[in-house]
Amino acid sequence: MHAFFQYAFLQRALGAGLCIALACAVLGVFLLLRKDAMIGHGLSHVAFAGIALGLLLGQWPTAVALVVSVAAALGIMKLKEAAGIYGDTAIAILSSLGLALGVILASVSGRFNAALLGYLFGDILAIEPAEVVLSVVLAAAVLAVTLIFYHRFMYMTFDRDAALAAGVPVRRLDALITVLTALTIVLGMKIVGILLVAALLVIPAAAGLQTASRFKAAVIGAGIVAALSVILGLGAAYVLDWPASGTIVLVAFLIFGILFIVRRK
Amino acid sequence: MASPGTETGELIRVEGVSFSYGGIPVLSDVSLTISGGDFLAILGPNGSGKTTLLRIILGLTRPDRGRVTILGRPIEEFAERGMIGYVPQQATHFDPIFPASVREVVAMAVRSSRRRIARAEEEAAILHALEIVDMADFKDRRIGRLSGGQQQRVFIARAIVQKPRLLFLDEPTTGVDAETQDRFYDLLASLHTTEGITIVLVTHDIGIVNKHITKVACLNQRLIYHGTHDHFCSSGALKDMLAGGHHLVSHHH
Repeated sequence: MHAFFQYAFLQRALGAGLCIALACAVLGVFLLLRKDAMIGHGLSHVAFAGIALGLLLGQWPTAVALVVSVAAALGIMKLKEAAGIYGDTAIAILSSLGLALGVILASVSGRFNAALLGYLFGDILAIEPAEVVLSVVLAAAVLAVTLIFYHRFMYMTFDRDAALAAGVPVRRLDALITVLTALTIVLGMKIVGILLVAALLVIPAAAGLQTASRFKAAVIGAGIVAALSVILGLGAAYVLDWPASGTIVLVAFLIFGILFIVRRK
Repeated sequence: MASPGTETGELIRVEGVSFSYGGIPVLSDVSLTISGGDFLAILGPNGSGKTTLLRIILGLTRPDRGRVTILGRPIEEFAERGMIGYVPQQATHFDPIFPASVREVVAMAVRSSRRRIARAEEEAAILHALEIVDMADFKDRRIGRLSGGQQQRVFIARAIVQKPRLLFLDEPTTGVDAETQDRFYDLLASLHTTEGITIVLVTHDIGIVNKHITKVACLNQRLIYHGTHDHFCSSGALKDMLAGGHHLVSHHH
């Protein structure tokens, strides 16, 4: 615990990690119930193509990745709706395409190197102060939108047709969740790394859903599990000298496992 | 045929609606009207286009041809959605692991509405809706832990919590035992007569045609019968339906 007060890099890791974790946990509850658990992995592959394109063009790779990922996320939504394709199939199709384009673009640009990998596998222990600010803004945006549209998000996730019939603008709100997810994945990927973002989108939400009998409890539970995972994971990584991202994911999985066993008893 | 105290004017008009899916016709040139005070049963075998017709009436599916108006306005432009209650087909819309209490499920409809009401008024409306369907004692129970019949009651509470003028139900008794079905239809009759709600019920179960229904529409891609319950039973139309002869046409109001 002492180390958190002593080292600025740990404080930045904790601050940014908690913000990204909260954003991921809240979005994750909706994504899991919408059966879009794999969207984190899928969009990260698409973001790879975006970053490779940005490097090729010599223009802000993260911004290009954001645009490409948001477009792909909306494309996944359209594929599901218009073509009648299952969500996981749509994600698999676009993520494969993203990976393929990324490999080709990186190869053509001749920049399949550390710069590209740096964008894909951000390191939570090497966070810059500006990235902490970005994490705070991202978390605030996700939490604010969720609070404003909480009941409508819940209604359309629980019963899409009834929500549509009740006049909830389901398609526009679908797009909003999709865009927020893409933003969280791309920015989170740059800040804390794809392993952590993809895991934090799924494991805390799954733990929250395991234990709660009310929706609000599931969202709050997911947030608590995500925050605990970051705090305990960073602490354990420091003490054991293990990689931080992997340790946080491991702690999240342990909490999920404990809750799973306790619930079964 | 309207219940005492209910409006009797035309609420919904369906004109020449056709719809096909993947080139296969599902609905062909269907026209009918629904008036205030009706308790209309839309009957037809599986695959006859009943659910599609209901979705088109609600504006959830766009028809290839024809149009639907509600109180004279096209359904796509109709904004007063609080006057419509809808209970979708249970099997296709309900995820039993969804962590929501009965109270939360009913509250979804109130809190998603554009019309903002005070928290105390909202709580009273939720409790009243649950009392009507006899589920107030279960308000803190997780929805997935209830029986099929209880869940349907909760979904009806959600549909009526905003005091709609029109209630649409799609195959509401699928997977519900016979005794619960009887109680369920008594509940619908009570909503129709006591609360004055116009009800449209879609079902493949011809046994639903009972004393509570005021009008019947039979569908098998085309509208093959549309008339009053009494005419349906006395004219031999019911016998024809039971025998599978679908040569009936015309409207009898």
